Amino acid sequence: MAHVNDNIKAYKGFRSITLLCLVVLYAPLVIVTIYSFNASQSITNWEGISLRWYAEVFTGPESEKFKVAAFNSFTIAIIAATASTAIATLAATAMVRGGNFKLRTVSFGLISLPLMVPEIVTAVATLIFFNAIGFTRGYMTILVAHIAFCIPFAYLPISARMQGIEDSFEQAAMDLYATRRQAFTKILMPLMAPGIISGFLLAFIVSLDDFIITNFVKGAGVETLPTAIFGSVKQGIKPNIMAISTMLLSISIVMVTISYFVSKSDNTK
Amino acid sequence: MPGNKTDAIDVRNAVKRYGDFTALKRISLTIKDNEFFTLLGPSGCGKTTLLRMIAGFEDVTEGEILLYGDEIESLPPHLRPVNTVFQNYALFPHMTILDNVAFGLEMRGKTKAAARKRAGEMLELVQLSQFAARKPSQLSGGQQQRVALARALAPQPKVLLLDEPLSALDLKLRKAMQLELKHLQRETGITFIFVTHDQEEALTMSDRIAVMSAGEMQQLGSPTEIYERPRNMFVADFIGETNLLEVSVDEVRNGRAVCHLGGGHALTCNSVDGIGEGAKVHMSVRPERLFMSDVPVETESLKGRVAENIFVGTDISTLVDLAEGPQFIVRTSNSDRGNKRIFEPGSEIFVNMELGAGRLLMD
Amino acid sequence: MAAGAASGGSARADTYKDARGWLLLPSWAVLGIFVLGPVCMMLIYSFLTKEFRGGVIWEFSLAAYDQFFFDRGLFGDEPPTIEWTYITIFWRSIWQAGAATLLSLVIGFPTAYFIATRPENVRPVWVFLITIPYWVNLLIRTVSMKFLLRDQGPLNDFLIGTGLIDSPIHIVNTNFAVQLGLFYSYLPFMVLPVYAAVERYNFSLSEAAADLYASKWTTLRRIVLPAVKPGVVAGCILVFVPSMGSFLAPDLLGGAKNFMIGSLIEEQFKGNAGNWPFGAAASMILLTMVLIILMFSARQQAKADKAGG
Repeated sequence: MAHVNDNIKAYKGFRSITLLCLVVLYAPLVIVTIYSFNASQSITNWEGISLRWYAEVFTGPESEKFKVAAFNSFTIAIIAATASTAIATLAATAMVRGGNFKLRTVSFGLISLPLMVPEIVTAVATLIFFNAIGFTRGYMTILVAHIAFCIPFAYLPISARMQGIEDSFEQAAMDLYATRRQAFTKILMPLMAPGIISGFLLAFIVSLDDFIITNFVKGAGVETLPTAIFGSVKQGIKPNIMAISTMLLSISIVMVTISYFVSKSDNTK
Repeated sequence: MPGNKTDAIDVRNAVKRYGDFTALKRISLTIKDNEFFTLLGPSGCGKTTLLRMIAGFEDVTEGEILLYGDEIESLPPHLRPVNTVFQNYALFPHMTILDNVAFGLEMRGKTKAAARKRAGEMLELVQLSQFAARKPSQLSGGQQQRVALARALAPQPKVLLLDEPLSALDLKLRKAMQLELKHLQRETGITFIFVTHDQEEALTMSDRIAVMSAGEMQQLGSPTEIYERPRNMFVADFIGETNLLEVSVDEVRNGRAVCHLGGGHALTCNSVDGIGEGAKVHMSVRPERLFMSDVPVETESLKGRVAENIFVGTDISTLVDLAEGPQFIVRTSNSDRGNKRIFEPGSEIFVNMELGAGRLLMD
Repeated sequence: MAAGAASGGSARADTYKDARGWLLLPSWAVLGIFVLGPVCMMLIYSFLTKEFRGGVIWEFSLAAYDQFFFDRGLFGDEPPTIEWTYITIFWRSIWQAGAATLLSLVIGFPTAYFIATRPENVRPVWVFLITIPYWVNLLIRTVSMKFLLRDQGPLNDFLIGTGLIDSPIHIVNTNFAVQLGLFYSYLPFMVLPVYAAVERYNFSLSEAAADLYASKWTTLRRIVLPAVKPGVVAGCILVFVPSMGSFLAPDLLGGAKNFMIGSLIEEQFKGNAGNWPFGAAASMILLTMVLIILMFSARQQAKADKAGG
């Protein structure tokens, strides 16, 4: 009786549903992580802890394939994230510091286009495009496609950050005899750093994780980690796949966590 | 027309338009060398726009701005030897206090060491040397304010622009900073242009004040002129407290006008040019220029009844209803209690005014 | 007084007004050439003639759309009747995406509401916990889901172990598995906008309702839900749209019986068996549906903004 009117906001059961939600979200990831340490040859039985499947990833019969795929994945992710972050930073400067202009809405629509068009449609369209212009599919086509669709992911945190920085800082710098370029490099960029870092990290993860578009534009013989994993999984889930998955999901979680803490650190106050 | 080398700022026919909206309607004013000049007006009157045009953050739609005789309106901000103290201070959050103050000097080509040395001296001037290594967020509002001031003064600008720099401070600190700013201006000999919406602040600090409203200049003059001889309704109403009364003019002679204000009451007050007999205009009389008595004592005595006494600390404001006429506010300073009387509500009294205390206003 | 008030209509910072063309050029070029251009090219391809070893012949043809909607018999000479095969696949996709959206709403709304009513300093942590899995590779997540739900998987092992069931429940290769996979893929898209809406909700309205004798559930239905509706609509669209075109969940969890648009499209571009114009046409139809939904939602959003700010 005592707590009947304690909290007008609280609804019975909502907490349980939230916890259930977290369980559903994390259970598959946790289970796969646990089973990646399974000593057993079979994925069904548990036979104690072992690192054999991790060793298998690096030395087993498929290791060469995965090494090449990992190299492709990481180099593409680094280049695509760098390029899309640079492009997104320039675009954000125009959109947030460029005053009102007619093409603003159109520009925003174009930048967020990869988020609105279903991924499979983008994949088909990109494949057709490269085919039409007679571009041989391979590493370069993957890279170009990744740069394009990573732009909105880099743009959103960067522009959000720039909107949070008053332009009086740059004005103060120019008032104190800094040229606009100096105001940009000495004032705006350092203040933007958290936004740019989180934009880069998100673009990096999105590129690293992409399957559908990559699968369409990769061409024969070129694999990234997701397409290599998909190829393997088609023949059934094997323990070494779980080991790779665990490593990949750890990388994603670490990077998102860094991005979270970087964007939380507010250096404008 | 060439500019005058001895005038700090000369604004000529400056217009600012944003699309259909005109923020400044052809403003012209001259700010003298070594002057503490204030742009005063309510929100949206265009005073900040004018300041930002002088600083170079807003383009001038039409007109010219001269700085000691040189046209500057088309120069970018970093080529104008004027510095700004921003309303929110705009201290660079990622730099130390010392680096903030040294920034302008470095940008002007001083070596890092020289810039820092001078910045250290500036911090001494504002008594913040011990905070040199801190970040702005570790300082109080008042301290940040002084850093902003030191930073803007360090490169020795020809004119210092201050955009409501005291508005974020609490009352006590604000009063202290008002005096400090005034002293700093005297010491440095730099022309200050100060923007505020606080009329009391403007009266306290300024050599001259430009009162602005709706993108137009309403009056330009010394604090005394503006207070004692407001040119129009807006200025009289905006500056200080006043009794604004609708009157009709019966007779104008020797700069004085005889008017009546309804209910058979009549009085004589100072006229202004352009007001003739029969005109219906407003009259302003400051509450502290009125006093009460139980018998008529001056030529200008109006009969009324005390409605209410309001105690406001240093003064007592008395509301007096004239018989079938308007209401007056009479202010009696508490230090005058010896020779001026306070009456209980309901008392029948006379409101008295010395000749010349009332002024007619152009609308 | 804010500078913006004095400067009238132009509150937006314009330090780079003169350079914005150059600043926007790279993004316009990259996105124009490699996203917008390809979509236009896809539209053109959908009106071309298919080549039998994949690819197209540059000859105008309505064959792709015709094949999608009409059945003209084995040799193409019979009077056209409606072709149900592809419409059924689209319909199934819509249905599956709808079911996944509903599931996301039923689980996601209470979750978002619960998070939005936590103390302000722990809310970001909750939001973070909900979003982390989203950033894990979708393929890995879907594979993990499949691993968990298999007949001999940990879930069935656990249920049999506790004695709740005697024989494994078949989940993989059912519609439900696909819905679960889609739910798992896009849940944060439901939680985040609903959370944002509930966080803005003024809870004194709930108190006012309670004061006027409304029960808690009536308050939720009559007061809270209408207020946060824009967030709910946004969440539903953000889950529904990608679900409809998804490929991995139906492919890995659904099996052949539960074919969705994504798989249909993918098949047209695989090896030599495909039909590029048909794949392009199917993609155009999907894109058109998505754009209609997005336009509808944008209009709803504009209406909501106008109505209540």
